[in-house]
Amino acid sequence: MAVTEQAPSAARRSARPARGSRKAWNPNKRRKSPMLTAVMTLGLIYSLLPLFWLIVNASKTQSNLFSTNGLWFGGHFALFENIKQTLTYSNGEFLHWFGNTLIYVVVGAGGATFLSTVGGYGLAKFDFPGKRGVLAVVLGAVAIPGTVLVVPTFLMFSKMGITNTYWSVIIPSLINPFGLYLMWIFARDAIPKELLEAARVDGAKEWRIFFSISLKLLRPGMITVLLFAVVATWNNYFLPLIMINKPSLYPLTVGLYQWNALSQTAGGTPIFNLVLTGSVLMIVPIMVVFLVMQRYWQSGLAAGSVKQ
Amino acid sequence: MTATTRAARAWRRGAATLAVGALAAVGMTACSSSSSGSASSGSTASSSDIAAALQKKSTITVWAWAPQDKDIVAAFEKKYPNVTVNLVNAGTSTTQYTKLQNAIKAGSGVPDVAQIEYYALPQFAVSGSVQSLDGYGFDSLKSDYASAVGDAITVNGSLDALPQDTGPMALFYNEKIFKQYGLTVPTTWDQYVADAVKLHAANSSEYITSDTGDPGFATSMTWQAGGKPFTVNGATSVTINTADAGTQKWATEWDQMEEKGLLAQTAGWSSQWFTQLGNGQIATLVTGAWMPDNLETSAAAGNGDWRVAPMPTYTAGTAASAENGGSSYAVMKGSSNALVAAGFVQFLATQPGEQILANEGGFPALTSILNSSSFLDQDPAYFGGQKINEVLSSAAASVLGGWSYMPFQVYANSIFPDTVGKAYSNKTDIYAAMQAWYKASAAYGTQQGFTVTTK
Repeated sequence: MAVTEQAPSAARRSARPARGSRKAWNPNKRRKSPMLTAVMTLGLIYSLLPLFWLIVNASKTQSNLFSTNGLWFGGHFALFENIKQTLTYSNGEFLHWFGNTLIYVVVGAGGATFLSTVGGYGLAKFDFPGKRGVLAVVLGAVAIPGTVLVVPTFLMFSKMGITNTYWSVIIPSLINPFGLYLMWIFARDAIPKELLEAARVDGAKEWRIFFSISLKLLRPGMITVLLFAVVATWNNYFLPLIMINKPSLYPLTVGLYQWNALSQTAGGTPIFNLVLTGSVLMIVPIMVVFLVMQRYWQSGLAAGSVKQ
Repeated sequence: MTATTRAARAWRRGAATLAVGALAAVGMTACSSSSSGSASSGSTASSSDIAAALQKKSTITVWAWAPQDKDIVAAFEKKYPNVTVNLVNAGTSTTQYTKLQNAIKAGSGVPDVAQIEYYALPQFAVSGSVQSLDGYGFDSLKSDYASAVGDAITVNGSLDALPQDTGPMALFYNEKIFKQYGLTVPTTWDQYVADAVKLHAANSSEYITSDTGDPGFATSMTWQAGGKPFTVNGATSVTINTADAGTQKWATEWDQMEEKGLLAQTAGWSSQWFTQLGNGQIATLVTGAWMPDNLETSAAAGNGDWRVAPMPTYTAGTAASAENGGSSYAVMKGSSNALVAAGFVQFLATQPGEQILANEGGFPALTSILNSSSFLDQDPAYFGGQKINEVLSSAAASVLGGWSYMPFQVYANSIFPDTVGKAYSNKTDIYAAMQAWYKASAAYGTQQGFTVTTK
């Protein structure tokens, strides 16, 4: 691609002075830079290659994985057999883990989004003493990586007796300072004060204002937070790894890692093909979520970037 | 069950596991610094007490990852129908140790029995986290295992676990490649190095073996060279000999290959590694006796090519081996069912349990199985019909005695890449790097409240 762009862009370079004229800038007619194209192409390859590798290798049998070229299809195309085997291996534990992941995501990420929205809205639209303190705490919390808190949380939950339960993963997932901060900023700009005042004059109660008016205006922000939270919870490995010692409660991340460890165990039958196929199956829902929610995601990202 | 090598190699692979390694260290802080006494202060019970307890209704939780344990548990529950064993795979090796440390620290959720590799046992034993098995009538069992295995399960004079599988080291080599390039099967390390030079000179894509710097391998090789760098004296005192003669002997020998780039830089247990084992680009493996099953399942392309020979030595004509990997099973302190837990460990570490392990591809510790004709006569086609267990069983008998690991070996292994691993990637002196590793480990031990004497 970079090569084909070479000629036209060289021609354009000679036309450079023209750009200095007071012509209106049109983003659709931006000059193509071969350098930029090359860098972006590399970036594209860099991000798509692992995905490509994953899909190629998920189509191979365990023995062909090691005897054929890793970057191209080879031997028998076994993707569908692999999928079937993945879903049925060891009494279908993959589906069980899939269900667990769904529970963690729906309750954890859904709850986190709800709390962030309510909290962010409250912080943006109501004045109360200690608001600056809350801001400091939230900003401070954003700076602390969640991983750092896992072990202390484990020790605390252990005292409370709730490790090895769904709650031990869901409760920490509900706490999302970044989401709260995002919703706070978003709500501040997205909901005109006048609108709320008008609603209050009409006699609407605060909860009704929130659910009937504000929530609709907050939707792009909410979707953004939801996507962040869904991805974070879906991929969360460390938290469930530490909290849960019961294979029946594992999410997919920890379960697949356990399958992978079989290859490093004497007498264990390696099932790399199923680990790979399982990984493919695991990223499909996330891709679907992204594609479906893409338009909200984009408007959410751009929110607040332009002063209206 | 996972060998030391695997554990170490596996953990270098992923950042997530790295974090686990670091956590093992965090978890340890409390345990070791607050360790008040040795693990030997346990209750006493006779074998009749255990037998009686096994007849009562009870449930025990066992944390283990060995794949054979499912069938061992089934056999146990069949023999003792009143006992329910809750077998949990809480993770392999370091993953499980992290969880174990966390549970110990939290004071709840500790299983009754845990699978612990030999290299990690001192860490849990010295900190008083495992129940001493002294006084359970198991002392006589020690003579059922090779003496090196007996040493491995005894920490500070207290019997702290019983063995499941072991990994006496041997030389696995690809006979097809040896024939093709006219190599002799080495009996000494000098011959091994000569083969390495000859093979790589003949074909630059061929390597005698792969080694990217692995703590489990390095400690086992030091062991086989007669090294004894670590001495545990009591619960809080360790001596680390940074000028250990065995360490120097191995490092100097291995250096000749490492500095000349004669070792394939393929990460162990990666798909590339198995590919190269299958197609002969890695011509030998010096590793534990649990390897055959893994070769058969993961490097199927090498079917018929591989053979097993005794581990090369430094002096021709004297057999010497070391343990690499292998696991023991310990009763955890605080178990509310210690008698039943001890009964389960005994079942697993003796007859029926060990035989089930052997039947399912594991390499048992029980000498009577290792010397039984049904075990010795196995002639797997993968190894061209060679009776490989004859070689491996005699390796078990030639393991040198007197070795011990550091009581913070799990952490020490996690920092191995910082010193020795770096030397491998820069092709610099291994011995100097090993000394640096010992010193860094000693510094950590001191921080943890151990009295570390370095020589």
